[in-house]
Amino acid sequence: MSLGVVKPETLHFAEPLSLQSGASIANYNLVVETYGKLNAKKDNAVLICHALNASHHVAGISADNPDSIGWWDNMVGPGKPVDTNKFFVIGVNNLGSCFGSTGPMSINPSTGKPYGASFPVVTVEDWVNAQARVADHFQIEKFAAVMGGSLGGMQAMAWSMMYPTRVANCIVVASTPKLSAQNIAFNEVARSAILSDPDFHGGDYYAHNVKPRRGLRVARMIGHITYLSDDDMAEKFGRELRRAEGASDEYNFSFDVEFEVESYLRYQGEKFADYFDANTYLLITRALDYFDPAKAYANNLSAAMKDVIAKFLVVSFTTDWRFAPDRSREIVKALLDNKLDVSYGEIDAPHGHDAFLLEDPRYHGLVRAYFEQIAMGVNP
Amino acid sequence: MRSDFAAIAKWIKPGAQVLDVGCGDGTLLNYLKESKAAHVYGVELADDKVLACAQKGLNIVQQNLEGGLALFEDNSFDTVILSQTLQTIHQTARILSEIARVGNECIVSFPNFGHWSHRASVALGRMPVSKSLPYQWYDTPNVRVLTIADFEALAPAVGLQLLDRVVLHDGQAVQFLPNLRGSLAIYRARRAG
Repeated sequence: MSLGVVKPETLHFAEPLSLQSGASIANYNLVVETYGKLNAKKDNAVLICHALNASHHVAGISADNPDSIGWWDNMVGPGKPVDTNKFFVIGVNNLGSCFGSTGPMSINPSTGKPYGASFPVVTVEDWVNAQARVADHFQIEKFAAVMGGSLGGMQAMAWSMMYPTRVANCIVVASTPKLSAQNIAFNEVARSAILSDPDFHGGDYYAHNVKPRRGLRVARMIGHITYLSDDDMAEKFGRELRRAEGASDEYNFSFDVEFEVESYLRYQGEKFADYFDANTYLLITRALDYFDPAKAYANNLSAAMKDVIAKFLVVSFTTDWRFAPDRSREIVKALLDNKLDVSYGEIDAPHGHDAFLLEDPRYHGLVRAYFEQIAMGVNP
Repeated sequence: MRSDFAAIAKWIKPGAQVLDVGCGDGTLLNYLKESKAAHVYGVELADDKVLACAQKGLNIVQQNLEGGLALFEDNSFDTVILSQTLQTIHQTARILSEIARVGNECIVSFPNFGHWSHRASVALGRMPVSKSLPYQWYDTPNVRVLTIADFEALAPAVGLQLLDRVVLHDGQAVQFLPNLRGSLAIYRARRAG
């Protein structure tokens, strides 16, 4: 069942938040959506952390746009694996994003102009600190679970390390304890596309009433390739030519769209350029690059996780080559080294990294079973 | 409950850190968790069994055993159990040395192909189908068939020191001619040297 129509709520935070970079930000907003009811003991709260291009709109249908269904609607809702009949679920749009929370598009109260390039670089840890203030707002001392896929999984992990007593369970899906050189390289290609777009104007394109659309399009195209598996692309597009029904399948010998896969990528890029902010893309990919909790512990993730108390469910997908199963196993190993409770599912799904957003009975069954165990310890 | 479980449980100390390699649906782990307050983890490959373990609230790690136990550090468990799983693994020597590496002690159980009924069946020209070997030759998950004598010959060669042995048939201990009269063998062992 779906949650039906949902409405976001804007929370304002006047007090400055110190950032990892040394900068700080005050008077910022975070947009949240909540589903289900917080119980009297306030121990049934679940925080859902979003990845690169998602938002606080995790589930249900937006009040102001009936076409806008939450990005994890198949996972969160009444009777869904994360059951809103039992849990109070919070989705929060992270600082620096472009869906209502304060970010580069927002007006800097001290200048009266959009932050643009002056928006401070934020990290996964900064987001977690900001999310902790959201928890404080709802008077949630301890989350029953913090959950996320990909970059969202990094936030869940960071929660367990930064606020060990404030999270009972972490659900980390298709994630990694740090980006590889290859991952960073893909991010750099995407950023280069944006930075080299003449409409970028050093990040202050808002003043010029333009958007670096070309850069955003290419960034999304390259990103999208890394979300899908080779097999999945072969299955979806193969070498199909983009042709009208009954038209000749001869080549056109041009650089216009020839193959279906090109058409798909261009469509994805175009759609993305419509709704996403280029500065946010730079910020969030950088947050991905910087995440490396083991760095301060001589690259020893087990040592970085020494204070963790939370129980973990870690899930990976066999065809995910962006954050491959080996990366999830690193997380599992660090948890095992600390004798922490952990379950690990390695789902043999064909859809690459994107599988974490799709409905797969094995994947959803595992998450459901895990949340049923959590629910046994809390009263709705 | 499977007849080897009670015998295995006798060798588990209360509160022990226990890893069951090839744990199936987690019945043994659940029993050890409840009866011994053991801190339990399972390793299993099959999706439906992984789910069954998660539904019991057990720690379950999904992986193929043929690749060894790289996720687990040396001596990180009090006991590592390989219960009726040895015969399903191609990398026999490797998995035995791996469980001995990860556990301070390990427990290995397997169906005894040497039981007289199995021998009689083969002598009469057919592969045995019995309570301990319940599959037809064409649908069995077992890829290695072994006898008590076979295992005891292999153990020292892979660095296993056998500490204790229980042989069962129909749930009853077999003392006399175990390789002929026992259908299930259970060993307590540790890394030699």
